[in-house]
Amino acid sequence: MLQKIYDWVDERLDITPLWRDVADHEVPEHVNPAHHFSAFVYCFGGLTFFITVIQILSGMFLTMYYVPDIVNAWESVYYLQNEVAFGVIVRGMHHWGASLVIVMMFLHTLRVFFQGAYKKPRELNWVVGVLIFFVMLGLGFTGYLLPWDMKALFATKVGIEIAMTIPVVGPIAKTFLAGGEIIGAQTLTRFFAIHVFFLPAALLGLMGAHFLMIRKQGISGPL
Amino acid sequence: MSKEDISRRQFLNYTLTGVGGFMAAGMLMPMVRFALDPILKEGSDQKLVAVTSIEELSNEPKRFDFKIKQKDGWYESDVTQSAWVYKAKNGDIIALSPICKHLGCTVDWNTDPSHPNQFFCPCHLGRYTKDGTNVKGTAPLAPLDVYDSQVKDGKLYLGKAKPRKGA
Repeated sequence: MLQKIYDWVDERLDITPLWRDVADHEVPEHVNPAHHFSAFVYCFGGLTFFITVIQILSGMFLTMYYVPDIVNAWESVYYLQNEVAFGVIVRGMHHWGASLVIVMMFLHTLRVFFQGAYKKPRELNWVVGVLIFFVMLGLGFTGYLLPWDMKALFATKVGIEIAMTIPVVGPIAKTFLAGGEIIGAQTLTRFFAIHVFFLPAALLGLMGAHFLMIRKQGISGPL
Repeated sequence: MSKEDISRRQFLNYTLTGVGGFMAAGMLMPMVRFALDPILKEGSDQKLVAVTSIEELSNEPKRFDFKIKQKDGWYESDVTQSAWVYKAKNGDIIALSPICKHLGCTVDWNTDPSHPNQFFCPCHLGRYTKDGTNVKGTAPLAPLDVYDSQVKDGKLYLGKAKPRKGA
């Protein structure tokens, strides 16, 4: 049945080469942990991506219950965590995954750095990787406010005060981030929009570029 | 089973698919259950609320509004509900829900001049007789819901509106 559906589509659209191109792409021996165990360091990038997928999925499900509003945000988080089945797990995945994604990304960056894999012709991919790093930090910063508890509020106050110390544009940056003079209703909706729409869109674009460049240039050779 | 029945490639394919499927299921199961929770939650019970003293009731359906406490996820509030209440010939008190069984508009008593003494829904001209039975040939396919009711110390208490079998 599945085979028939596949054949029907393939006959019309010739989709086999699309996935064959990925599936038949050989993993070079020096990056394959089955050949050299030390090659596990090459997994950190993939693990970062894997956790990112979990973050996107669990985040999508969390928005089924969460409301970005100063009256209801905390209550809705409390409700989804304590009243909804598996709420602890789904929120836990998003909470712990957020830290883990930073850890994995950091390890990936260290590997690329110490192996000198960022050198010509791969400088551009390093730059894109650094942009991804900033986007991830932005996701962490904006997501931290959303539960709207004391820790979230004061961490964001401190974060925005740090932005305030930028020379010249500091005050503008503060008002822009807070969406007004105080950290309140407008900050929460703003951070929510940035967290679930703007930064993920940027992240997907950058990751696409990151992966295309790896494919185009191939992975760097053995040390 | 002979040795040739399954190739090395097939075996690895099955193993990988199995392990991968197990991991994907372990990841997705909590999230899917999380999303399906409203379907699997039990309906909430509703306490009987005092609506009116029974002296107010007559043979003519009269509309009474009453407040119930509603819990909507994390949001609790007082919500106004209405009931059409009258005394039947045998002395029973009938309390009907005003929500049309066609598409949920609000029915009114005796407002259609060409069909007096019936409940009438203006949205699609649905009609019900006095006991709430839907008139055949009009839009609704079931009679009006009846409230759980109780009389205590001369007062009428109403609970949840329950559906009845179609006419």
